[in-house]
Amino acid sequence: MREFAQIIVNGLAAGSVYSLVALGYTMVYGVLQFINFAHSDIFMLGAFTGIYLAAWLGWLQPPLLLFAVVTLGAMVACTAIALLVERIAYRPLRSAPRLNVLITAIGVSLFLQNAGQVIFGADPRVFPSILATRALFEDGLVVNNIQVTVILVSLLLMAGLHWVVHRTKIGTAMRAVSYDFEIASLMGIPTDRIIIFTFVIGSALAGSASILYGLSYPKVEPLLGVVIGLKAFVAAVFGGIGNIVGAAVGGIIIGLAEALVVYYISSSYRDAISFAILIVILLFKPAGLFGTLRREKV
Amino acid sequence: MRFRQPLVGLLAVGAIWGLGFLLESNLNAYIVRVIVNCGIAFILAMSLNLVNGCAGQFSLGHAGFMAVGAYVSAALTTLVPWAFFQSSVGVGVAVVIGATFAGVAGYLVGLPSLRLKGDYLAIVTLGFGEIIRIVFLNIEAVGGPRGLPGIPSRSDFFWVFIWVFATFLILGRLIRSSYGRVILSIREDEVAAESMGVDVTHYKVVAFAISSFFAGVAGGLFAHYQGFIDPNSFNFNRSVEVVIMVVIGGMGSLTGSILGGLIVTALPELLRVFEKYRMMIFPAILIVMMLVRPRGLLGHFEIWDLLPSFGRLRRRPVSRLKESVTK
Repeated sequence: MREFAQIIVNGLAAGSVYSLVALGYTMVYGVLQFINFAHSDIFMLGAFTGIYLAAWLGWLQPPLLLFAVVTLGAMVACTAIALLVERIAYRPLRSAPRLNVLITAIGVSLFLQNAGQVIFGADPRVFPSILATRALFEDGLVVNNIQVTVILVSLLLMAGLHWVVHRTKIGTAMRAVSYDFEIASLMGIPTDRIIIFTFVIGSALAGSASILYGLSYPKVEPLLGVVIGLKAFVAAVFGGIGNIVGAAVGGIIIGLAEALVVYYISSSYRDAISFAILIVILLFKPAGLFGTLRREKV
Repeated sequence: MRFRQPLVGLLAVGAIWGLGFLLESNLNAYIVRVIVNCGIAFILAMSLNLVNGCAGQFSLGHAGFMAVGAYVSAALTTLVPWAFFQSSVGVGVAVVIGATFAGVAGYLVGLPSLRLKGDYLAIVTLGFGEIIRIVFLNIEAVGGPRGLPGIPSRSDFFWVFIWVFATFLILGRLIRSSYGRVILSIREDEVAAESMGVDVTHYKVVAFAISSFFAGVAGGLFAHYQGFIDPNSFNFNRSVEVVIMVVIGGMGSLTGSILGGLIVTALPELLRVFEKYRMMIFPAILIVMMLVRPRGLLGHFEIWDLLPSFGRLRRRPVSRLKESVTK
């Protein structure tokens, strides 16, 4: 029983990071209908920003303040890069076929990965332990403060996102754009501004996720985003792409499933399980868990 | 016409053999290596072109089927204690067996997943590709994560380009056949094709299986050229690379795929003067390409559609079908 609780906690901590990244995928997909492959590499750049900021501001006390500052810094950096990418690569393709946008996104992703290897070097770096790891329970259950921080911060951010999307004017506009791009623009919604806003929120979430990830797995390298991005994307599709609640739930489920597989089967199948679940879900519910399928008309 | 075809085929085989002999004796090993890698890329790009370009289904898992072909054929030639499989012909047989396995895998994967559309299909094929790779990662008999060394290096310029020729011929014929026209009609308008009585899923799955077969051929040739394979040679980036070849060359164009394969394989070698920056230049070219020439270099056209001097060789371009279908 204690082992099971342990697995659940591990799964929740990993899953909440997936959720945060998945939200960025799902929001951009909701508005622009394309897979933003570069999202995972923006996550990677966030983690590197965290490394440099933490080294530079290491004197800040208490650790919680340093953590907050580093997280904010990573969020700002990710947002800036994402906006640059959107302006240079995605906006000129607004009316192009979706495949072209997809290929462009893959190109941006490769560019950021390779640029990361040139700038930061290909070797993994150690993410500084901003918060000292401390076990919270002593009776065999290994829950540490990092895991609790990761889960709490993610929940807080997701609640905030839910509030923005459902309770503010710009959030309503966002939902309108994702429901029907053209009609929304006919109704006077400034779609370009909404798209920028979507990228801002998505990449800020990725930035915070990168710091939380760095705290729990302190090994950061330029290709870090590839695996996490794939899983987060799987989580987004799993929950029904374009659906914000779906992405959050999908991330948690993928995280839990991975933790269970690592414990009960083998850690080498860890990366396969998320895809296996995805395939099963899509075969039985082609629009994902919470998604609605729009029928194609002639 | 009918009597000339085998003759042309024989001439082509002779020409490939002669060219291979000339290249391998006159050029340094590095250049020959790049050329052979280009050949393998041609097969990959042409095969994916059938699914991505002609059938209009976006697959992101091509490396998985390449892995099936590579692993099955390499397992036959390294693990089966039968001298036949170490000979040139035996390796050829092993490559075909491996490719058949890849084709069957493609059929099995395609059957459930090709009912999905667009991005969902892309993600599911990506998922299957990764799962295939992870399964090989966990099979100890073929070395698991350490890879499979000691594969007889039997494929060379001659074998690779014989397969390039065969792939080109078979896929080119297929697209001009009634079967191929149906596949093209699915790309042009799936709903219309379905209402004309086309069993859309069946045609998609068959195209997918054929495409996987040739991906398996490329995998087998790759394994027996490198002499060593590991699961990482068939990761997601490899699939992406093949998609890029098809898109750069022009979706639905066989010669375009060859052009794309040439660019994606040879350009990074030419960019070596830029040292570590070359890997940044390449994706940048891809992005610029999408911005300024979104249909790929050749679009739907084949090279001879664009060269009027070819005269007699000119055939009715596949792209013209577009008018006849949509109107």
